[in-house]
Amino acid sequence: MIPAPFAYRRAGSVDEALSLLAEHGDEAKVLAGGHSLLPLMKLRLAVPEVVVDVGRLQDLSYVRDEGDAIAVGALTRHRDLETSDLLAREAPLLSHAAGFVGDPQVRHRGTLGGSLVHGDPASDLPAVVLAMGGTLVARGPRGSREIPAADFFQSLFETAMEPDELLTEVRIPKPQSRGWGFEKFNQRAIDWATVGVAVSGDQRPAIALVNMGGTPLRATAAEQALADGGSVADAAALAADGTEPPSDLSASADYRRHLARVLVRRAVEDARGRA
Amino acid sequence: MSILGTRVVRAEDPRLLTVGGTYVDDLREPALVGAAHATFVRSPVAHARISSIDVQDAREAPGVVAVFTGRDLDISPSPPAPMVTAAMARPALATDVVRYVGEAVAVVITDERYQGEDAAELVMVDYDPLPAVVSGEDAVRGETLLFPEAGTNVAWTGGAEQLDEHLFDDCEVVVTQVIDNQRLAPAPLEVRSAACAWSDDQGQVTLWLSTQGAQAARDELQRQLGLEEGQLRVVAPDVGGGFGAKIAADPETAALCAASRRLGRPLRWVESRSENMIAMTHGRAQHQTVTIGGRRDGTVLAYRIEVLQDSGAYPRESSWLLPILTMNMASGVYAIPKVETAARSIVTNTTPLSAYRGAGRPEATAAIERAMDLFASEIGMDPAEVRRRNFVAPDAFPFQTPSGITYDSGEYAKALDTVLEAAGYPDLQEEQRRRRERGDPLQLGFGLSAYVEITAPDNAVGETGRVEVGADGSVTVYTGSSAHGQGHATAFAMLASDELGIPMDRIKVLHGDTAKIPKGAGTYGSRSLQLGGSAVHEASVEVVKRARHLAAELLEADEGDIVLDRDAGRWHVKGAPATAVSWGELAQQAEGDGGLAADSDFSEERPTFPFGVHLAVVEVDVETGAVRLVRFVSVDDAGRVVNPVLTEGQRHGGIAQGAAQALLEHMVYDADGNPQTGNLADYAFITAAELPSFELLPMETATPLNPLGVKGIGEAGTIGSTPAVQNAVVNAITHLGVRHVDMPATAQRVWAAINEAKER
Ligand SMILES: Cc1cc2nc3c(=O)[nH]c(=O)nc-3n(C[C@H](O)[C@H](O)[C@H](O)COP(=O)(O)OP(=O)(O)OC[C@H]3O[C@@H](n4cnc5c(N)ncnc54)[C@H](O)[C@@H]3O)c2cc1C
Repeated sequence: MIPAPFAYRRAGSVDEALSLLAEHGDEAKVLAGGHSLLPLMKLRLAVPEVVVDVGRLQDLSYVRDEGDAIAVGALTRHRDLETSDLLAREAPLLSHAAGFVGDPQVRHRGTLGGSLVHGDPASDLPAVVLAMGGTLVARGPRGSREIPAADFFQSLFETAMEPDELLTEVRIPKPQSRGWGFEKFNQRAIDWATVGVAVSGDQRPAIALVNMGGTPLRATAAEQALADGGSVADAAALAADGTEPPSDLSASADYRRHLARVLVRRAVEDARGRA
Repeated sequence: MSILGTRVVRAEDPRLLTVGGTYVDDLREPALVGAAHATFVRSPVAHARISSIDVQDAREAPGVVAVFTGRDLDISPSPPAPMVTAAMARPALATDVVRYVGEAVAVVITDERYQGEDAAELVMVDYDPLPAVVSGEDAVRGETLLFPEAGTNVAWTGGAEQLDEHLFDDCEVVVTQVIDNQRLAPAPLEVRSAACAWSDDQGQVTLWLSTQGAQAARDELQRQLGLEEGQLRVVAPDVGGGFGAKIAADPETAALCAASRRLGRPLRWVESRSENMIAMTHGRAQHQTVTIGGRRDGTVLAYRIEVLQDSGAYPRESSWLLPILTMNMASGVYAIPKVETAARSIVTNTTPLSAYRGAGRPEATAAIERAMDLFASEIGMDPAEVRRRNFVAPDAFPFQTPSGITYDSGEYAKALDTVLEAAGYPDLQEEQRRRRERGDPLQLGFGLSAYVEITAPDNAVGETGRVEVGADGSVTVYTGSSAHGQGHATAFAMLASDELGIPMDRIKVLHGDTAKIPKGAGTYGSRSLQLGGSAVHEASVEVVKRARHLAAELLEADEGDIVLDRDAGRWHVKGAPATAVSWGELAQQAEGDGGLAADSDFSEERPTFPFGVHLAVVEVDVETGAVRLVRFVSVDDAGRVVNPVLTEGQRHGGIAQGAAQALLEHMVYDADGNPQTGNLADYAFITAAELPSFELLPMETATPLNPLGVKGIGEAGTIGSTPAVQNAVVNAITHLGVRHVDMPATAQRVWAAINEAKER
């Protein structure tokens, strides 16, 4: 792999990372697990002048019980989400889904923060955090701010993050109901989702879709139908309403819409089965 | 007791699994000290006239030693192959026209590898776009010609010139199907790589090359570079896979040697994975039309296959070799009275085609095995039964096919029965019936494939072997065959050990160095053991004969009374084991007289024909189209087995590769000739997670054609498994009205096929 030339800076603390970002602005890119950024750099689709490596900021790697919510550090690796007892108990949708990200190598390197900030609608965890009503905490020169997941994902690879900000934490409210469901449809175990579905709750669940548009999306028509007491099958039939899924090598838009309907039905049935 | 046939663990593995292999890029030869690095500038367009190449900026970039275009380097073009018009010859670097995305137009030489990647971006090539020819139909129509001087895009035609319109006259049932045997990328773990160093006076050059055949590469490169015989030494260090795509020397290698000569500096070249996917040759890419006809009682009377072989932008041997192999093997394991074959090879603005594991035979098997299933389903008969009724009978061997070739030996029905029994065929049928009845979203499908293939198709070319006993009693085996993962070091040492009675750890196997082994063919076409192994065996037998003579002299006895105690590895006079001589002593005795050694050049009278039956079981989610391969049962009869560890390894890899073609892999181009699957993120190779454990059943039917009784096993797994998996997918959804699903049977395709059937 031979990317274009770049300067490499390793941050020893969050403050140092922030000051490096402040110094280099648009020219800098944060490097966390590197499993989204480096493939782009390898193909020279991303050519940052400065790479600020935050991968060793251990103090941003944690899963903590904060009463009503679980706080997860932005540098927490997928593997740590997958194996966290606390998450398995209090937010099983997140740990379960983390176990389906890529392959073991990817899960040992990739981070929750990187997954979210990258803004790839094909990624699994953004939809999970959206379904669970998570809040993202960003720190910048102007201090900290909290951004609800619903406002965070703006368009393809675009999020609410500013170039001089660092995502530090993700707060997941503890779910009110026990039900949850997760469906990831892919060709091979290591592939991104062709379509994915994250369901949080059971009777009136939140349903988020993976790879059905430029950002992770809520299947609002299906949610509404369930909230109104409609059958799972009838609600699932509305799963693709209002979406504009991409057509690419792995699937046409029509096929994606069809998959969304099947997968939402299965995921909601699962959620109700668990409740 | 003979060690042949026993499970000897691979001699190669301790090194490969601990310190690792030494591949071209790992070499630290003194001759390569100070080597510069080559990076190729590749065409981003499929078809264009080159109006200018400006290398000025690149020359001035950091670390750049030189930039060469095709006009700067004196390299003879690669002739396409005998039988193909010379107007389609390929220059090492494109000078006037580029004909596919990835074709090399210039080479940048830099002190460091990474500098090359930056400098290559600065080479400014002006491309005047020409219309791209991508589909077979466009190529045949010939509105745009890749080589206007040739006057056509058809590089080669073979088989029947005129189709027989009465071929199916006697048939009660005739079925036709158009089949796409899709283009695949070989994607070996080690990408293409080479390193090159000239002697100071430039009289001699050494090329370290990741290749399947050092001697063939030497001959081809000597011609292209205008060298005398003996000037070029080619060395193949460890080679990380080839699958057919490393048989020949690619144009980049010639350019590397020429540039190194110009600069008087050693050079290294390792391509990137993205380059490998579009610039290493591809495989398969056959468009087939098959027609099968017969009686309602299951007898097949006639079969026709018409092949359109995509050769990519520049025809090579494969342009005629692949379709010829397909035509030769057209009728497979069946005794079909009338068989007609016809083939055309065309050029398109895509990556050139070459051999890929099976090379023409998987395409033949895929066609006939799909056809048998289509015929079975048309007459409403069990596919196993239809196959059984048409097999070549065991007493019919040697059997001459309508295509004119002679199968050596086979037991096709026995292979089928063994597989059906082990698989529990009736239970599978019952389970399928139950799931259909209850409308289970997970439907069960099972697919059969009965195959016969041709190994060592170039039997007459033969292979060389030399066995040398050293003064210390150790043995060196030289083979013209070339290991790149197969396990030659294990198998060939076993063969020598078995004859000589010298333990394997005292036997070294050398290959892939033209200085030490001037004559050899290499490894391809599943030929190594039957030709190279037989050569080693024969040389070993000869060494034993010479040793017996020497022992008789030393022990002052009659040759007839001399005994080789193979357990002890010593020679003595019958009845007097106390006075024995060792191999080392005999070798010392022979020292003045050329040493204790023997050469063999072994060729077979005819090729051999391994066969087998594969059964795949899949689950198809009829709501999403997703396919899951849940069981795989196979018999692969490749004659005598020298070491089951090795044959099972070959079967494993082969089956996985075939399943990958059936379900996942596809090298896709858009209408403008842009590759859409140019890296491993988009090109869906298969992983262990997609595969069940394979149930490999033993069966051995010896061939009379070589002293070991062995046939080839390297490609059989791929040949058998591809249609078995494809047939299983179709079988799972036939009750929904689906007749055929092209490969790869992706979820979307399966879903679409179910929908189409519903709408009909
Ligand atoms: C082979 C492969 C398969 C994969 N499969 C999947 C899959 O199935 N599902 C899936 O969801 N993902 C998949 N991924 C992506 C993987 O999950 C990545 O790890 C993840 O998307 C990005 O996390 P990262 O830590 O590697 O981020 P990086 O690559 O380091 O960074 C990604 C982006 O986020 C920015 N960034 C990272 N951290 C921060 C931060 N704390 N603050 C501000 N900006 C930040 C970077 O600047 C960059 O723009 C796969 C990756 C690979 C290589």
